[in-house]
Amino acid sequence: MAKLRGTGIAAVNYPTGMNLGGDPSQALIHATTTGTFMISLASTDLGQGLKTVLAQIGAETLGLPFENVLINTGDTDTGPHCMGTFASRATHRVGNAIIMAAEEARKVMMEVAADELEVSPDDLETDGQGNILVKGSPDRSINIVDLALAAHFKYGKTISGRGIYMKPKSDVDPETGKMDPDSTEAHACSVADVEVDTETGEVTVLSLKSAYEGGRQVNPALVKGQIRGGSFMSVSHALYETTAPYYPAPDHSPGSFSEYVIPGPYEAPEIESVVLEYPSVNGPYGAKGVGEMTANSGIPAIINAVSNAIGVRLTEYPVTPEKVLHALEESPNATSH
Amino acid sequence: MTESEKKLNVVGKSVPRRDGVGHVTGKTVYVDDITFPDMLYLKMVRSPVHHARIKGLDFSAAEEVPGFVRALTHQDVPKNIYTILCLIGVGPDEEPVLAEDKVLYKGEPIAAILAETEDAAVEAASRVIPDLEELPAVFDVEEALKPDAPILKEWGTNHFVYEGHHCRRVRLGDVERAFGEADYIVEERYQTSPIEHAPTETTACVAKPEPNGRYTVYTNTQALYFTLDNTALILQLPFNKLHFVGGTVGGAFGGKVDVIVEPIAILGAMKTGRPVKFRYTREEEMRVSSTRSAWRLYYKDGVMKNGQIIARQITSYADSGAYNRHTPYAVTKHAANVAGPYAIPNVWIDAYCVYTNRQPASAMRGFGVTPASFAIEVQMDKIAETIGMDPWEIRFVNAYRNGDIKPHQKIVEDATLIETMQAAAEMVGHGLSDRSLAMNSWDREKV
Repeated sequence: MAKLRGTGIAAVNYPTGMNLGGDPSQALIHATTTGTFMISLASTDLGQGLKTVLAQIGAETLGLPFENVLINTGDTDTGPHCMGTFASRATHRVGNAIIMAAEEARKVMMEVAADELEVSPDDLETDGQGNILVKGSPDRSINIVDLALAAHFKYGKTISGRGIYMKPKSDVDPETGKMDPDSTEAHACSVADVEVDTETGEVTVLSLKSAYEGGRQVNPALVKGQIRGGSFMSVSHALYETTAPYYPAPDHSPGSFSEYVIPGPYEAPEIESVVLEYPSVNGPYGAKGVGEMTANSGIPAIINAVSNAIGVRLTEYPVTPEKVLHALEESPNATSH
Repeated sequence: MTESEKKLNVVGKSVPRRDGVGHVTGKTVYVDDITFPDMLYLKMVRSPVHHARIKGLDFSAAEEVPGFVRALTHQDVPKNIYTILCLIGVGPDEEPVLAEDKVLYKGEPIAAILAETEDAAVEAASRVIPDLEELPAVFDVEEALKPDAPILKEWGTNHFVYEGHHCRRVRLGDVERAFGEADYIVEERYQTSPIEHAPTETTACVAKPEPNGRYTVYTNTQALYFTLDNTALILQLPFNKLHFVGGTVGGAFGGKVDVIVEPIAILGAMKTGRPVKFRYTREEEMRVSSTRSAWRLYYKDGVMKNGQIIARQITSYADSGAYNRHTPYAVTKHAANVAGPYAIPNVWIDAYCVYTNRQPASAMRGFGVTPASFAIEVQMDKIAETIGMDPWEIRFVNAYRNGDIKPHQKIVEDATLIETMQAAAEMVGHGLSDRSLAMNSWDREKV
């Protein structure tokens, strides 16, 4: 009996957006009288931090601080249509809709500032700190609070905007499969190191090291969160999880976490990553969707590593201890282990 | 480039997430935190077997349970047979909200029980013993396509029909000719497993009738309007009678885009005039709610001595379980990606959506692509071993680049596979060949 070590790699692509498109999302934006911008949506945050990322995109386009932008979402009476949070689409689709809405609002904001400062809107810029300045004359400026008050009570103007993003629907040619399925592609390459106990069949993932390319990162800490969660899920899917342990037989289906085994912190490997940024042609500020992909490259990398360790090519997952022991028994070199 | 893109101020910064403190201190309000004083609980009477004809239902013992309010059957549901992807033109309708004359999977809902407490609802539901005539069941995707398999669908087959075809097809070039020219043929069968989404928060909703005749629905759906629109169609209600509230979800991973709890909870609220909560137990989440599809894939590759893959033929089968849910669409996304991020001039793909007597599969993180990435990347290692090439190098030799054509005839743009692999190799200190190090995703002429 022995503990065998192996290394495996895998490289993957992952498409951004609902397959074939035709999945619009809208955003509405308006300023309060005191210069807070409310973005109204009907999009859902699944825990990944979508509301934070969308406020960042709105603040960037408006040229205002992050703190000046609030997200009002999750209510079909107040939020315009969103197709939903799935298909690594929300940052891409909703982010683009917010840029469109914020550009319209920014135009009004700059017109009001121009009236107040008695210059052309073309001569103005935002400083990202809540002020609109005359280019080259930073002492001539107006704060967003004074600007919003003036817009509302002096000029009777609404600083607001409407946005929508939709990739037009592509039809599939039923004979050839010709189609335009996605908006852009993110990429990942993972390297897994594993140790296999030939007595118990247990696999320990020692490390999972990955490179990702997901366009511009809107919030690197939240991308890191996706990477950690996705990497851990890939360990779980490769080695542990199934609702049908003897698939296709339906027997022994688990009904609780005592039977449906998910690894805990003790089983977490060393997770390392590097993130490359090649801005996409159509994402908001070049962002691509990375949510789903982070769970994909780890699965084949881990399975290739186990195959490398035991000298038997595994072609099914999850690779449970039972499957490892069966593979070792059927291996032509079985006696050597 | 617009003015704001030249120098980014907020995008690219790791500002702290605003909901983080609420999540980690338990202060965030989720659907199950919402209660009303006169709220009822809903529980399902479920099929104890995988496939059966329903001969009768007897509610008399359930009605004796203290707290029992009423039962709902398929006869109470205005449009009982539905398919959620009707909103994007996928049909036909084929799943009942509540079973009519047959059940196709163990756990399929047959009747809904409304009661004053959750315990009373569980007790009453357990006392409804359906009179069933069990039928032969099929669980294997290839068995399900054989002529002697029990047929599950009214249209007479156990597969989804894609514009007159048995499967989603992709065809590029001529694989048969290329197989004849190849130095090696590499074949393998791959199998993945059905997997539970395992979100922290189980699927749940509360439906509350309002004095103005509308219904407010607190829900953890991933897609508020998609769920609202499907619910209105099932209940045959004007869309503006429904007001959906959500937007904060404790994990989903694709497990909360089916439209399962909302229609029946609202129907309960309509029939009783009281708020209704329907929340899945962990057991329901695992044994009844949708899973990731299990996939079976057969690869046949024609490979040259230099490592170039000149032909790839794939037949794959998605186990959709008993009903469509999102799987017919997953198969199309699968077909668009199953040849991998590699430049292969001849590709032939047949991808089937197959029905079995299993709890329905549906969307999950990686929707048809996760099983593809698994099979592709194990196959790449097998090719490398067969021809005696380094596993890194085989991937560089075949990596797609911008301007290449994909099997579905879209021109590649935004490809960065080569750069990503180079970064990973550098990270782990793996030495690449000079050729692989010199490659990039934009300039095919260079190397």
